[in-house]
Amino acid sequence: MTTVSLTVNGQSVTADVDSRTLLVQFLRDTLRLTGTHVGCDTSQCGACVVHLNGQAVKACTVLAVQADASVVTTIEGIAQGGELHPMQAAFREHHGLQCGYCTPGMIMSAIDIVNRKGNALDEQTIRAELEGNLCRCTGYHNIVKAVAAGAQAMAQAPLQQAAE
Amino acid sequence: MTATGIGAPVRRKEDQRFVTGQGRYVDDFNRPGQTYAYFLRSPHAHAKIRSIDTGPATIMPGVVAVFTGDDLASDKIGGLICGWMIHSKDGSPMKAGPHPALAQGKVRYVGDHVAVVIAESLAQAKDAAEAIVVDYEVLPAVVDTAEAAKASVQVHDVSPDNTVFNWHLGNREETEAAFARARHVTKIDLVNNRLVPNPIEPRAALGEYDPGTDAYTLYTTSQNPHVARLVLSAFIGVAPEHKLRVIAPDVGGGFGSKIFIYAEETVCVWAAKKVKRPVKWTSDRTEAFLADAHGRDHVTHAEMATDENGKIIGLRVHTVANLGAYLSTFSSSVPTYLYAPLLSGQYDIPAIYCEVDAVYTNTAPVDAYRGAGRPEATFVVERLVEKTARELGQDPAEFRRRNYITQFPHQTPVIMTYDTGDYAASLDKALELADYRNFQQRKQDSARRGKLRGIGFSSYIEACGIAPSQAVGSLGAGVGLWESAEVRVNPTGSVEVLTGSHSHGQGHETTFAQLVSDRLGIPIDQISIVHGDTDKVQFGMGTYGSRSGAVGMSAIAKALDKVIAKGKKVAAHVLEASEGDIEFKDGKFGVAGTDRALGFGEVALQAYIAHKFSGQDLEPGLKEGAFYDPTNFTFPAGVHICEVEIDPDTGVTRIDRWTAVDDFGVIINPMIVEGQVHGGIAQGVGQALLEGAVYDQSGQLVTASFNDYCMPRAIDLPSFQVGMTVTPCPSNPLGIKGCGEAGAIAAPPAVINAITDALGHEDVAMPATPQAVWRAAQKARMPMAAE
Repeated sequence: MTTVSLTVNGQSVTADVDSRTLLVQFLRDTLRLTGTHVGCDTSQCGACVVHLNGQAVKACTVLAVQADASVVTTIEGIAQGGELHPMQAAFREHHGLQCGYCTPGMIMSAIDIVNRKGNALDEQTIRAELEGNLCRCTGYHNIVKAVAAGAQAMAQAPLQQAAE
Repeated sequence: MTATGIGAPVRRKEDQRFVTGQGRYVDDFNRPGQTYAYFLRSPHAHAKIRSIDTGPATIMPGVVAVFTGDDLASDKIGGLICGWMIHSKDGSPMKAGPHPALAQGKVRYVGDHVAVVIAESLAQAKDAAEAIVVDYEVLPAVVDTAEAAKASVQVHDVSPDNTVFNWHLGNREETEAAFARARHVTKIDLVNNRLVPNPIEPRAALGEYDPGTDAYTLYTTSQNPHVARLVLSAFIGVAPEHKLRVIAPDVGGGFGSKIFIYAEETVCVWAAKKVKRPVKWTSDRTEAFLADAHGRDHVTHAEMATDENGKIIGLRVHTVANLGAYLSTFSSSVPTYLYAPLLSGQYDIPAIYCEVDAVYTNTAPVDAYRGAGRPEATFVVERLVEKTARELGQDPAEFRRRNYITQFPHQTPVIMTYDTGDYAASLDKALELADYRNFQQRKQDSARRGKLRGIGFSSYIEACGIAPSQAVGSLGAGVGLWESAEVRVNPTGSVEVLTGSHSHGQGHETTFAQLVSDRLGIPIDQISIVHGDTDKVQFGMGTYGSRSGAVGMSAIAKALDKVIAKGKKVAAHVLEASEGDIEFKDGKFGVAGTDRALGFGEVALQAYIAHKFSGQDLEPGLKEGAFYDPTNFTFPAGVHICEVEIDPDTGVTRIDRWTAVDDFGVIINPMIVEGQVHGGIAQGVGQALLEGAVYDQSGQLVTASFNDYCMPRAIDLPSFQVGMTVTPCPSNPLGIKGCGEAGAIAAPPAVINAITDALGHEDVAMPATPQAVWRAAQKARMPMAAE
């Protein structure tokens, strides 16, 4: 067992973990933050995307011990004061989800895309940047619309970006 | 139309929890004292099990128990079942081999269940599974669909030639006569590639046993929890029906693969009592590839006869359908009654004859996957129609139009009575939206850039809303296919609707609430939709076959009618008027011709306080239930047009335009309906361009991960242009036809018709990967040299 200490959604957590524990298992099983999902075993589907020190990572590809002393943000941590993050609101408004299983990873990836590529995203950029996230329900049509709208809305809500 | 009523694009109520990570899927549930199950699976496609030594595993750290098929047998746990009886042409029943939840003496596909380890942690269970010693006598495997019936390998003793049934539908003599007088016959050979459904949430099961009440609870990723309970109790014998609660909470997509009752949930429920602790199993993706029921896998030869006027006069089809190593829950219905009755397509074809040989192979079981039989039928019809038009030198759109059914109701030669439709209207709208008139200009533009542009049509029809129980019973179904609903009005006027339908992405919490809001005139936020728990909802048949709108909502509508009728009785007492004078309009019960009226909430309260009527006159309370059994299938239909641009140097196909015009009857929420169309098209494009489950000759699944099986990604797809036409369905009270599978049914032939149009070469198999398209392009350029 190894002791890890990190900040998750603004809260300090310390726990003893089996060294082989993945970050996603730590979040789901130890912290019971079940919004981060597991959809594959080859780091392809992106359902487990969280932010590690402000950057999107697949939490199935990071050991919990690697996240020691890091800052992790999950889907549960991006709404502020009961207000949805603009990207969450955009997915809802544009019907960018159906079963909801890929959605947390999609939203966390989408915020990361905006952080890297800016607020004015064209369709081809969004489609290319979503390479690491699989959705089986939507055909991506409305996800692409949601990401574009969410990116624009994030420009109007600088406080929410700062909160990360 | 109100802002939240029928026809409004209401934003989904369920999304608040999904976008904030508060959805509750099976793997999110954890019970006190929970243990973890891990299944040891066969590494061989076909082998006798000489012995299993679980001893070394039982002493591994954290191991609670290890069970094999012998333990299930000694507890008299039955095998998994196939619930649809098909009879062969000679009248003999299908040959159903045994399907134990844990292997007994033999394994029949890679991934077959050999033993289960239950441990304190999943890691410990996996470690211990490696310590189980299985002595296999490896046997040769049969894998190939077309060759299975001729193979020397025998998958099941009951079927010496690996044949499950030789079935047929239609009229052979009339069809032969039509071909005898045909001016032209078009022939085609098709493979409908095997697919893996791959909902992004893997399957999971959590079984729990309470010795105090002798009752079981199963949390499971199911599209139909009541059917799961019925099968687990009545057929498999795990627990009595009244002592088994099945909960299917939020479910992350199904696409058919979560209809079926599998080995894993059977074992988890049973084992929970054995180890006296909750038992949880969550599939990893590799297990999902190996052991979820796959879809499609047909090999077909088909011929279409036309007369001197370019009218289709006959269709004959021979299909070999691979059902895998065991008959999954509804597998036998897919290549039979969900397939051949759709072979008339949208066309007036006087004579049709179809033969289907279903075979066993040493591969994963094959069952319903989005569309289930109807995509396979549509692929046959629409590839043949396109090829016929080309061979006759006719415009593919106009050839279709000439052969469309225009008079309704229309009796096809293959069971179905189409109730209504306007196929030409959908075609006209699709041609307009696709800018068909300027296609040749775009083709020339592409040619100038060294690219090949093609256009492909798909004029599909499907049979949904399954189905009248008597009808499916006469065709071999073991169940009825009605739906139930219960509307509970609370004293405060809020409403809970309990439905036997199950939502795993379809948005029922929104659309069903829209219907209630529309009918009762109450705000949508005062309505809750309850589903997926057999302790709350009495019974239901679940969600598949695009049936939740046409059947599930019709049941709700019927229950709402009863609520309104009861409300009128209550209002009559309170308003001291005759019941016949009470009208219900805009959410108010009023006395006709007066301004005296009560709001819905006031009537609800009066129904419960019961001060204004005696128990002799009227029962207190306001709660009504209904079962709705449809009187016909529904027949959604439409036209999809795909336009591709191919790089002949690389074989890469890019979908440039997609136009879909669908007639789903009355639409409750157009935003959600369009979303269903998008998702269906993506799965159909996946089949046509990207996806294919491949077994090698030894029966190893070569494509058992997302690295090897190509799922559609955002970059593979265009944005879709979606339009609608509406002919209301006459057979249900809401006029709904259903929309869930249309895209997956329509898309594959549209893509392949576009590619073959671009190449000028008909022999393009699915998935049309760059390599396959490049090879076809070479053949088209140099037909002699390419081979």
